Amino acid sequence: MLNYVIRRLLLAVPTLLFISLAIFLLLDLAPGDPMAQMPLTVPPEVKEKIRIALGLGEPMYVRYLLWLKQFFINEPLHIIANMTGWDIAGGAQRVISWQTRSPVADIIAQRLPQTLTVVGISYLVAILIAVPIGVISAYRQYSVFDQIGTFVSMIGFSVPTFFTGVLLIVIFSVQLGWFPSIYDTQLRVTSWDTFWMQVRQMVMPVTVLALFNAAQISRFMRSSMLDNLNQDYVRTARAKGLTEKVVVLVHVLRNSLIPVVTVVALGIPTIFGGAIITEQVFKVNGLGQLLITAIFANDIPMVQTLTFIFAVLIVFFNLIADVLYGVLDPRIRYD
Amino acid sequence: MTDVIAAGPPAEKPATARAARSQWSDVWRQFKSHKGAMVGAGIFTFIILAVVVGPYVWPHSAGLIDIRARNQGPSLLHPLGTDQLGRDMLARMMAGGKVSITVGVTAMLLSIAVGTTVGVLAGYFRRLDNPLMRMTDLFLALPLLPLLLVMVMLFRESLSGALGPETGIFVLIVCAIGLTSWMQSARIVRSAVLTVKEQEFVLAARSIGTRRRRIIFRHILPNVLSPIMVAATLGIASAIITESALSFLGLGFPPDFPTWGRLLFDAVDYIQQYPQRVLWPGLAISLTVLSVNYIGDGLRDAMDPRIRGR
Repeated sequence: MLNYVIRRLLLAVPTLLFISLAIFLLLDLAPGDPMAQMPLTVPPEVKEKIRIALGLGEPMYVRYLLWLKQFFINEPLHIIANMTGWDIAGGAQRVISWQTRSPVADIIAQRLPQTLTVVGISYLVAILIAVPIGVISAYRQYSVFDQIGTFVSMIGFSVPTFFTGVLLIVIFSVQLGWFPSIYDTQLRVTSWDTFWMQVRQMVMPVTVLALFNAAQISRFMRSSMLDNLNQDYVRTARAKGLTEKVVVLVHVLRNSLIPVVTVVALGIPTIFGGAIITEQVFKVNGLGQLLITAIFANDIPMVQTLTFIFAVLIVFFNLIADVLYGVLDPRIRYD
Repeated sequence: MTDVIAAGPPAEKPATARAARSQWSDVWRQFKSHKGAMVGAGIFTFIILAVVVGPYVWPHSAGLIDIRARNQGPSLLHPLGTDQLGRDMLARMMAGGKVSITVGVTAMLLSIAVGTTVGVLAGYFRRLDNPLMRMTDLFLALPLLPLLLVMVMLFRESLSGALGPETGIFVLIVCAIGLTSWMQSARIVRSAVLTVKEQEFVLAARSIGTRRRRIIFRHILPNVLSPIMVAATLGIASAIITESALSFLGLGFPPDFPTWGRLLFDAVDYIQQYPQRVLWPGLAISLTVLSVNYIGDGLRDAMDPRIRGR
């Protein structure tokens, strides 16, 4: 097991290096000039000097290696230094955003909580909705509940989040006026009133994301339950005289959750990507919105870092899903 | 006697009742019995007809600006109202649908072509299997939506300059979507090829000296066609959603070139005053994707030999 994890971690290194190279080359080979937004009064030779000062005069592989060094050595050192106050980073060059002239990591740290609260809560809600729906749908296969559940989940992953989000805004903030349409990230929760406001502004983005994810998870839950309900051990459990509740909720459910857990783990990184649209709809200034503004502003270091973080999340959660599968299901052996 | 058989549901038909039963008539019969798929096929046909024939029948043009008739509600003259420049919304919806569906279908064709090629090569040639599948895994680990956004943003202007604003962005979006969505179909095709190529008829074909290319095109491809078709159908749906998402984020087609996502994006600015304008493009996208997904569901059931004939 430990061997397997170590081997997978080692394999993840070339994967991540390749992805970082792909991201770097894509941005590097693309047309687009960081100097394009300079005022026209700046003379060309000054522009050339700024370009060299930004490190754009070096050959490509030097810039790639420097970027890797910044990203994997300097940034972690700075982050540790900031957290512990222990000065190990010295004056090492950080990854600087071209938009704000401040370190990329600091901006990401500011934006991360917004994304994590909205995305995290919506994912939890999705799981809480999806598991019972999947269990009942499978237990009463082809019943009215199952038919409705199938239809709703079909709608859930057919209707894009940018439409459900806009639809909810039209109904609940324009027509009914129940919830604010714009997420206020300045809000500090200090009292019951502000807590209530926080809940109200989170309802719609969480609902949109939760519906979309619950649709997929409930399908997986249903098919996994169906696979298990016909197994021999279920008949044995019933024959022993266990109540139906124990058979379904203890024996079948626990076994059916194994594939679902891996699906849930695999879905976490895609959720960050999917949240880009939801954050844009509700004006949540999280990571997705940061990426969009960085793309529009041609802020290459920010775009590189964010895209690479998304890639790290995908690789990491793939690993977690595989390991979890082995932990939960002892029949799987890693040799 | 034949009447009784013909009237009964397909599940009760004895397998020997009909003399000539081709594989495709079987598939069609099974497909017909899937209610959702039939409704989906009907709706999708209707949408395609409306989008293709509609602009020839409808008197208003999508680009005609009539500033005196701006922001109108639904009326007999403009059933879906007009936008902030007085352009007829129904005409814009039809024009937008044409672009959205064309992008969806073309991107799907590209993605299926790449996916099938990779899948067949990896499944048939053992030497290529490992490198090609590692490459597929690498592509699966890429964050797709952020990369799509970056690709569109970076290459939009140069391609628009080279091919003209409309063709350039069309080629860019189709390629971007196609090149980031082929991985699932490659995996499906590979596993199908792996099972087919071990069967006796392939061995027989090889033993009479059939060339490899001919084995692949004559014997293997027709037998892995059903998973490819299901993946293709579902691919249209996801390509339409991706294109709309790009347009919705403002990184799709230019403003004077309507697509459903672009119409939705434009309408969001007026959501307080004219909320109905958001609904039409959103409903059109959702309905198209829903119907395509149902068709895919029906196809999957119809083409699965384990379910077929039950």
